Amino acid sequence: MLTPRREGDDVERLLSVTVSRGRRFRNRLAGIWMYASFVIVTVPLVIVIAYVVSKGIGVINGAWFTQKIFVLDTQKGGGMAPAIVGTLVITFWATMLSVPLGVLAAIYLHEYGKRGRLARLIRFMSDVMTGVPSIIMGLFIFIVFTVPLGAKGLIGFGGSLALACLMLPIVIRSSEEMLRLVPDDLRQASYALGNRKWRTIMTVVLPAALGGMVSGIMLAVARAAGETAPLLFTIGAARRINWNVFEGPNTALPLQIWNNSQSAFHPAQDRAWGAALTLVAIVFVLTLVARIISSRFSLKHD
Amino acid sequence: MTPPSDLRVPDQTSPDPTRGLSRGGRGGRGDQLFRGVALVAGLLVLAILVLIVWSMFDKGRDAIRVSGITFVTGDVWDPPTNTYGALAFIYGTLLSSFIALILAVPVSIGIALFTIETVPRRLRRPVVSVIDLLAAVPSVVYGLWGILVFAPAVQGFYQNIADTVGTWPGFSAVFGGNASGTSFMTAGIILALMMTPIVTSLSREVINTVPSAQREAAYGMGATRWEVIRHAVLPWSRGGIVGAVMLGLGRALGETIAVALVIGSTAQITSHIFLPGYSIAAVIANEFGESSGTEQSALIAMGLLLFAITILVNVAARSIVARFDLRAQGA
Repeated sequence: MLTPRREGDDVERLLSVTVSRGRRFRNRLAGIWMYASFVIVTVPLVIVIAYVVSKGIGVINGAWFTQKIFVLDTQKGGGMAPAIVGTLVITFWATMLSVPLGVLAAIYLHEYGKRGRLARLIRFMSDVMTGVPSIIMGLFIFIVFTVPLGAKGLIGFGGSLALACLMLPIVIRSSEEMLRLVPDDLRQASYALGNRKWRTIMTVVLPAALGGMVSGIMLAVARAAGETAPLLFTIGAARRINWNVFEGPNTALPLQIWNNSQSAFHPAQDRAWGAALTLVAIVFVLTLVARIISSRFSLKHD
Repeated sequence: MTPPSDLRVPDQTSPDPTRGLSRGGRGGRGDQLFRGVALVAGLLVLAILVLIVWSMFDKGRDAIRVSGITFVTGDVWDPPTNTYGALAFIYGTLLSSFIALILAVPVSIGIALFTIETVPRRLRRPVVSVIDLLAAVPSVVYGLWGILVFAPAVQGFYQNIADTVGTWPGFSAVFGGNASGTSFMTAGIILALMMTPIVTSLSREVINTVPSAQREAAYGMGATRWEVIRHAVLPWSRGGIVGAVMLGLGRALGETIAVALVIGSTAQITSHIFLPGYSIAAVIANEFGESSGTEQSALIAMGLLLFAITILVNVAARSIVARFDLRAQGA
């Protein structure tokens, strides 16, 4: 008789009795493949993060967050404040542009267009738009925004526009998913109270979907904050802090990593590692907060 | 038999709030205004896509007129003589993405199956989180690690492969010759790292739609775990997994910064994967800032070409995934 302890033990012993050696061998092999796949991917992730932390931590001190960026690749020290400020303000304005528009588009898709032909087209194209390479968004904004403005065109806001184009489809799709989770009973209850459709959406549907929407939006922000290519030709270059996205050139953490990583000198390379650690920290915090919000939100519905 | 009209159940799940309310007055206008604003926001997606094509075609026209068909068939890119043949860049884009595909697909499907078929339920979330973390790392950080750490470290290893495998008959054209740290292969490896989370998470969703009855039936007939995967899970999800892989491919084709840092920035068409190359996105990132005139126009035309390729791949992939979605819901 078998004495079952765990489900797994049971199955293993049954297999050894009833299943031929060849089948057992193939089963083993498949198990090893699946397990190894996970390890193969985890190892480089751990190595990359370990390098970023160990190399980046050395240059980060008080001055890092307050000083301007040194011009010379060979000069040690200096700070990264202009790039940190640039990343924050450029991403902030990209969020201000893409979130209201993206949420409104999601409302059109789920509350008005539903499964109509136009809504299906928009839904499909916004899925396709998530696959547009980020450098194309940079070129696009360069052509339609930076060039027409001439000498005053290289400003942080150009970068915000390019990032907003990247964020828009992500915001639309994640927001529509959340609207879909709102139970129809809530809408019906609101209509029964005599509310018009727009009031129902604004006061009942949106608040109910808010938690999930915020987490989807934060993931979009995290992705945008780490983008380099859309900023390459749109925001110019700056070494001083510029809080104003509408005037004067700016800089950002990804651009500093891109420039300094191609230098042959160690002080510049160190700056690249420091900027990478700062960027990864910002992105991970955003991702983590988004995950916490979304897990709270989904618990409420269970 | 159809019920009398006043008893018919309406198609919508919720009653239409405009029916029975006065059309005039402020409230009605508010409804129409809100619908209009939402519609405009939705149309913005289409407008942006159309505007991208129009603006890039407008600026890229010059170069296409100068080069004609040699723009995609010529492999000489020499701005001083106004010669623009993008073939070497197209080749580099395709080859590096192809290497990434070969490396990433078995691993991604392996992880997706691992999370659903093997891992105990309570460990599923941590495993998914690790893969999500991989996607959260910005591409420029992979590029930084690639150029400063990975490429210098891996050169000796490449050379060893070139000196052993590269001498075997039939293998020398791909693996032989001198090995460089920054190369098609390095770009492919970094791209594979960035592709894996996308392909994994989509494949996972697809595999999740396999009805558990199908799985249990196979187990009930005495199948091993592998036989269940092979005969009950994979046939069901094959279409969706193909779509997931194509979405990953679309991402790899368009990836700019990481590739620009590790591919070696040398425009050449060669079968040797350990030699440096170049890609469309990488040359735009490197050269566009200092370009002007026809050269700039040529770089924009190349961007348009990249846009067209990625849109085609994405449309095809999304169609496959969408069809699969419908089948899963309808079943």
